[in-house]
Amino acid sequence: MAVQERASAAAAVQPPVTERITVLAWLKHNLFSTWYNSLLTILVGYLLYLVLVPVFRWAVLDATVSGDSKEACDFAGACWTLVKVRFGQYVYGLYPEDQRWRVNLALAIAAVAMVPLFLERFRHRLTYAVGLVLVYPLVGYTLFYGGWLGLPVVETPRWGGLFLTLVIAGVGITASFPLGILLALGRRSEMPVIRSLCVAFIELVRGVPLVTILFMASVMLPLFLPAGVNFDKLMRALVGVALFSAAYMAEVVRGGLQAIPKGQYEAAMALGLGYWQMTGLIVLPQALRLVIPGIVNTFIGLFKDTSLVTIIGLFDLLGMAKLIVTDPRWLGLAAESYIFAAFGFWIFCYAMSRYSQHVERRLSAGERR
Amino acid sequence: MTGASGEPIIIMRDVHKWFGEFHVLKGINLEVGKSQKVVVCGPSGSGKSTMIRCINRLEEHQRGEIIVDGIELTSDVKNVEAIRREVGMVFQSFNLFPHLTVLENLILAPMWVRRTPRKEAEELAMSLLERVKIPEQAHKYPGQLSGGQQQRVAIARALCMKPKIMLFDEPTSALDPEMVKEVLDVMIELANEGMTMVVVTHEMGFAKSVADFVVFMDDGEIVEVAPPSVFFTSPKSDRTKLFLSQILEH
Repeated sequence: MAVQERASAAAAVQPPVTERITVLAWLKHNLFSTWYNSLLTILVGYLLYLVLVPVFRWAVLDATVSGDSKEACDFAGACWTLVKVRFGQYVYGLYPEDQRWRVNLALAIAAVAMVPLFLERFRHRLTYAVGLVLVYPLVGYTLFYGGWLGLPVVETPRWGGLFLTLVIAGVGITASFPLGILLALGRRSEMPVIRSLCVAFIELVRGVPLVTILFMASVMLPLFLPAGVNFDKLMRALVGVALFSAAYMAEVVRGGLQAIPKGQYEAAMALGLGYWQMTGLIVLPQALRLVIPGIVNTFIGLFKDTSLVTIIGLFDLLGMAKLIVTDPRWLGLAAESYIFAAFGFWIFCYAMSRYSQHVERRLSAGERR
Repeated sequence: MTGASGEPIIIMRDVHKWFGEFHVLKGINLEVGKSQKVVVCGPSGSGKSTMIRCINRLEEHQRGEIIVDGIELTSDVKNVEAIRREVGMVFQSFNLFPHLTVLENLILAPMWVRRTPRKEAEELAMSLLERVKIPEQAHKYPGQLSGGQQQRVAIARALCMKPKIMLFDEPTSALDPEMVKEVLDVMIELANEGMTMVVVTHEMGFAKSVADFVVFMDDGEIVEVAPPSVFFTSPKSDRTKLFLSQILEH
């Protein structure tokens, strides 16, 4: 009897019916539920109107794209003609126009070579990634710099624009990630010398602004080097940026390492795994996925910090934006130029953010705890 | 102090350990022969977990000697890793690797430590999952299993290394009561197959039916070693009597 009753009761319990929400009902529920909410809605709506409408008119409705000089613009709205005419410089900086195909080719090779990394069925992704990181810089450098295979040399001071931003950010990210992991592991090492060295490096580098490091690299380093020894300015900036973000990366990774329970280490040790096997197979895979948001945060910070290289005379995307508006023919168009540069940065940073969210979802899909 | 017969595979002689000022192990002497099953019991804080964790050097002892399978445990990493390959361990809190599937948990150590080819390791893993009666869970993640299932996976994972000795550190203490039996059944089967086992547990039924001898520890010392028939009916020391009366009362 009792069993039957329970069974029928269970059958009677239905999942709640999801109401079909109309636009009007949604508005009433979310925006006009009480008199003060209605008031706030109207107020905020009015403020948005005050701000967004003029911006939209300036940037889109009244904007000029036609023509090929400042005279084509009427200054009622934005003068995107500047961006159109100088687009090549935003992207390639002062790289010779007839050689730009080399940059395109190198970036295309990078894009194609990275495809296997996104194939989830591909088993040896890590090995492939390490190989790519080791081999690609040679390909890239050969194409960018030239002086080989009949390619004319393009000195690094002529590299610039978005291209330079990508070079610095790309090198910075690929170098600082493994370096940061090693520093984080070193900081938790039981060997006092290694631990102290790592702590000292991290605290020192994290304690000074990136600008300082770039200045040191470009101005002071040559003073200490023997005469005749001269590193390329870009190379020094790259090392500076990579070391700087490695210190931040190390602290992010350390956060992840601390979240791994002691039992995981013990289980790995009890199975006879050595230190590097335990670290590579058990600890890091768990620790790194815990701190994906922090890692991507550091990458995005690094990407934007590349614009600081302008102060040592390299022209990245922002540097080019600044340089272009100092041209007397285009004076007074700073807003357009900077907005375009900001848009360029935003595209890449937002892409990184979206990709990291995708990775997080994929990794947590199988592993519900 | 012995209870062992035949050739001992674990020898502990006058083992001492301190956690800072706290003297956890105060001169442990114990010999375990091949294929023997030893149950270690005692009140909490008596040092039983620390003692069996010394056998595969998850804890370092500071005085005395421990010889496992003819190899002395020293700070030499090579020795320690050699011993860990031969000694399987099952923990109270399972400690499965949550980012790997059950099957991946099992084949990891054979592949990386023993260099077994993947296919062979997978076959061994599947046969062990059959043995612990959960082959259908092979491709799930540990987080999707019940506690009892997780602990059986943990036992299978340790067995995948084909160990000569199995250590169990309170394997059923973190389980819901209805899951204790499924884990004990697997352990009893293992015992019947002739595995050398050292088990820290409060499951006195298990001790009575499986153990060759029971070790009672209190305050960092081994107080009594006796076959279960003697241990449970006529213990010699008062401390053992007190402990038994406390755990057998309810």
